[in-house]
Amino acid sequence: MNTAFFDAAFEVPHRTPERVRNDAVSTEAPPSKGASGSVRFEAVRKTYLSSAGPVDALKGISVDIPAGTIFGIIGRSGAGKSSLLRTVNRLERPTDGRVLVDDEDVAALDEDDLVRLRRRVGMIFQHFNLLSAKTVFANIALPLVVAKVPREDIRQRVADVLKLVGLEGKENTYPSRLSGGQKQRVGIARALVSRPQILLCDEATSALDPETTLSILKLLKDINRRLGLTIVLITHEMSVIREICDEVLILEGGEVAESGDVWQVFGNPRHEATRALLAPLSRGLPADLAELIRPAPLDGQPCRAIVELSFTGTGDNELDLARISTALGIGARLVQSDLDRIQGHLSGRILMNVPYRNDLAAVISNPLLANHTRIVGYVAADD
Amino acid sequence: MSPQMIDRLWHAFLDTLTMVGASTFIALAAGIPLAVFLVMSAQGGLIQAPRANRLIGGLINGFRATPFVVLMVALLPFTRLVTGTTIGVWAAVVPLSISATPFFARIAEVSLREVDHGLIEAAQAVGCRRWHIIRHVLLPEALPGLVGGFTITIVSMIGASAMAGVIGAGGLGDVAIRYGYQRFDTTVMLVVIAILIVIVCAVQFAGDFAVRRLRAR
Repeated sequence: MNTAFFDAAFEVPHRTPERVRNDAVSTEAPPSKGASGSVRFEAVRKTYLSSAGPVDALKGISVDIPAGTIFGIIGRSGAGKSSLLRTVNRLERPTDGRVLVDDEDVAALDEDDLVRLRRRVGMIFQHFNLLSAKTVFANIALPLVVAKVPREDIRQRVADVLKLVGLEGKENTYPSRLSGGQKQRVGIARALVSRPQILLCDEATSALDPETTLSILKLLKDINRRLGLTIVLITHEMSVIREICDEVLILEGGEVAESGDVWQVFGNPRHEATRALLAPLSRGLPADLAELIRPAPLDGQPCRAIVELSFTGTGDNELDLARISTALGIGARLVQSDLDRIQGHLSGRILMNVPYRNDLAAVISNPLLANHTRIVGYVAADD
Repeated sequence: MSPQMIDRLWHAFLDTLTMVGASTFIALAAGIPLAVFLVMSAQGGLIQAPRANRLIGGLINGFRATPFVVLMVALLPFTRLVTGTTIGVWAAVVPLSISATPFFARIAEVSLREVDHGLIEAAQAVGCRRWHIIRHVLLPEALPGLVGGFTITIVSMIGASAMAGVIGAGGLGDVAIRYGYQRFDTTVMLVVIAILIVIVCAVQFAGDFAVRRLRAR
């Protein structure tokens, strides 16, 4: 995908959210003034009535999603993330509380306004939800057809978004002939053809293989950067959040466990649910080392310490190797590294194998070394 | 077989065609809206009108529970009201249509209900109104099932039309009973059966072919 696509597709080189608004589907009244794609949840509650009694899916969620960000909502299954996302375009109504899209209360809209809102809010789905009886072209054209956009414009705009998602030449193919990644690209094209300001992604990559997932995430990020589109995505995979999100909200049992910039949450997870979700991404103690390690220094024989240095992204964003090796002394060796750079911040941890000395604990407590340090255990010296 | 008999069979064939064609056409025109209404008005549907849903559903069940011969006789006053007569091909079309419509409506309802709810949500999410959803999602997505159901309806109406002889509507079934059975003319009986088999096979083949074509997309 080259950058010229976007420019050609949307006719303006550097589109601001303001510009997006002016070009939104305009056959009905234009969206309200100041529309730019922000979402605000105010004490949103959702209670389902099941045969086993009422179930509280959302227990008072309040969060602000600024326009133009990629905002991730993550949680284990049943945490309420899907319910929360679907309140934005009122596929579900909150039991209590308000959902504001550009300061407009979604619950208060009549049918005409709701249709207008939905044309400003695109959505893609885990299982793509493409119409099997319609070709790729007809699927993507549907939002425009029902909005009574002139036929010639439809043709042009469908061609533009097809180019944007990299599916030129597939107009007359039926969805069943496409791969999963291609289907999701059609889904994205269908969501974008109305030129929305917000894109909702409901587990958009959960049905795709890792490689396709990456390409779809890259596409979403490009779209966000190029079109100034707000993207709200839900997922159960932290890797998706790390890959493209600016901010993240962790839901647990219908409540906000924590939220903030991705690098902060990754670097310093405060809630148990966050740690559980992050666990698959971080490596534990190597198995062979775990067998050798002792909880206390070995008496009467030379020994080495395994030291963990953790980085939460709040200090320097590049590791000063000289400083670390100077502090830890001659013979310090790197055992394992699990470092990442998230939004320009250093995040993760390294394990060092260093010669044990009595003042080691004091030495490593120097805050210049890392955000957190600890001695994981001790092993016999091998030299 | 005498030339008169061949002529008689030909006219009976045309009568059957007329009765089945007209009644299934009416079943199609009335059954689809009924089925759409049943699906839309059901619990969790896009309109949600449980009472109207139960009323229409009950009415359909009532007509479906009545055997066709009984229905035909019971409807005689209504038939007279509509067609001005109670005998002949067009008099038979009335009870046939009224029998075929609920039959097809139920089959169509099942096909429509099987349309993935995710597709309806996707359509809502892009700004489709209810009518758009019927037009662009429900009907096209259910089309193979609807065509299959319509084929079943045609075949079952070919069977029902044989009883129309009771009110003097003629048709192949009538010929088979009067000449084949009552006059012991085995040849006529066999010929009628052969014609009916050919018609049913042709209808079924055409229906299956259409469904296969639709599903192959």
